[in-house]
Amino acid sequence: MANGYYTFPSVPLPVPYVLRHPGTFIQRLGRWTTDAARALGDVATWRPLLLGHMVRLGVDSVPIAVFIAIFTGIVLALLSSYIFTGAVPLYFVGALVGKTVMMELGPVLTGMALAGRVGANIAAELGTMRVTEQVDALETLAYDKFAYLVVPRVLAATLMFPVVTSFAMAVGVVSGWVTAINLLELSTPEFFKGLRLFYQFKDIWFGLVKSASFGAAVAFMGCLEGLNSRGGAEGVGRSTTRAVVLGCQAILALDAFWALVLL
Amino acid sequence: MIRLLDVHKAFGDKVVLAGVSLDVRDGENTVIIGASGSGKSVTLKLIVGLMEPDAGEIEVDGQNVPDLDRDQLAEVRAHIGYVFQFAALFDSMTVAENIRLGLVKRGLDEATIRTRIAQSLATVELSGQEDRYPAELSGGMRKRVGIARAVALEPRYILYDEPTTGLDPVTSAVMDRLMQRTRDLGVTGLIVTHDMRSAFTVGDRIAMLHEGVIRQVGSAADIRATTDPVVRQFIEGRPDDVAPPARRSAS
Repeated sequence: MANGYYTFPSVPLPVPYVLRHPGTFIQRLGRWTTDAARALGDVATWRPLLLGHMVRLGVDSVPIAVFIAIFTGIVLALLSSYIFTGAVPLYFVGALVGKTVMMELGPVLTGMALAGRVGANIAAELGTMRVTEQVDALETLAYDKFAYLVVPRVLAATLMFPVVTSFAMAVGVVSGWVTAINLLELSTPEFFKGLRLFYQFKDIWFGLVKSASFGAAVAFMGCLEGLNSRGGAEGVGRSTTRAVVLGCQAILALDAFWALVLL
Repeated sequence: MIRLLDVHKAFGDKVVLAGVSLDVRDGENTVIIGASGSGKSVTLKLIVGLMEPDAGEIEVDGQNVPDLDRDQLAEVRAHIGYVFQFAALFDSMTVAENIRLGLVKRGLDEATIRTRIAQSLATVELSGQEDRYPAELSGGMRKRVGIARAVALEPRYILYDEPTTGLDPVTSAVMDRLMQRTRDLGVTGLIVTHDMRSAFTVGDRIAMLHEGVIRQVGSAADIRATTDPVVRQFIEGRPDDVAPPARRSAS
């Protein structure tokens, strides 16, 4: 039916579902694409909500990302020192901390943390709205639920994950540097010599592109599971768990994808 | 006018509606009565396009709802208010914001929106509650806010899903009075309930939904005087194993 009554597919997707029901999957994929395109065009509905979601999903997530980055930097500095001592000049600590934080651990660990925080938040909120008929109420008020609920969240996460990740990258490098000069026999010039040694601008944008895709995936999984919730509190709990698990799985799959495509 | 014509709906093997036909006349309150799980709420959701029928026609102002695209459906919904069984208020918004949401979608200016919010809350006797959150309200107040949210849109139709369920008798009477008041304002009402006291109070016409079809439809007086044993049993609230009361002789 063209009027928008919509049944989300059961997740986990995609491979088993695609193999079991290829025709239905293609049909649904077409409907998702159409719905997403139409909802994106409904700018008047999602634009007023976007800033609020950017603050809630992004800015409010900075503390947890910074917390993770601090300890990641410390561990990386100590670990690389342990590996390099006696084999490689110690200023390579800077190279390893910089490369690893910017290209891999910054985006992935931040993404994982936000999959828990943001994915669970979205799934629980939309799931509760679904089982208490608030989503139906929204539709009876002539709102497009995709434009009102999904688009601003997915856009906000896509835009804000790179911002949060960039904070994490900076804090991770700084924490590695502070660790190196205080706990290792390394000076500031030596650390930054290593940091600059293999640095390319691509390191940063590679990490940020990845984190944007992580944001989109985490938010989309949260919306999908939330709007697919059934059966009261237990159903919402189940959807929330699945949203986090699927978000983490999507991050790992996308991480491998970007490594294949961009490196 | 809302018209259901041979509407069928099943969920898996469970047939809920098996050919429902019903006219909801303009300017009247039509009440659908029936046992829990008989498909009353499903009927309302079909009318606003929240569900898709398996077969049959659902006309609102001459347009067949299942055939409408999203934009056309949004246009139809703009003329229908929906009062949910548990109010379905947006719990992250205040009372005023709940009412405002639908008005903003209609592109009204701020002054009109403020006036409509105040008027609709006055209609449901909740003036001064604008800044409270749904969690701070009683069940009856939440349902009244649900009605205010619907009334504020100045719809042609309001669909009420079990409006008095779970309410004390006094609050139920208040809800009945609100439904009569909105009818008197020219709004067509379609009410689903199994509260017979409420049905007889607010219903200009009453339809009994039983085993997926409309078993009987008529005025409140017609239903009170029915000889149909199924309808009789339902309105008397009599279990299956209890015999009907003997009718008094005319003498």
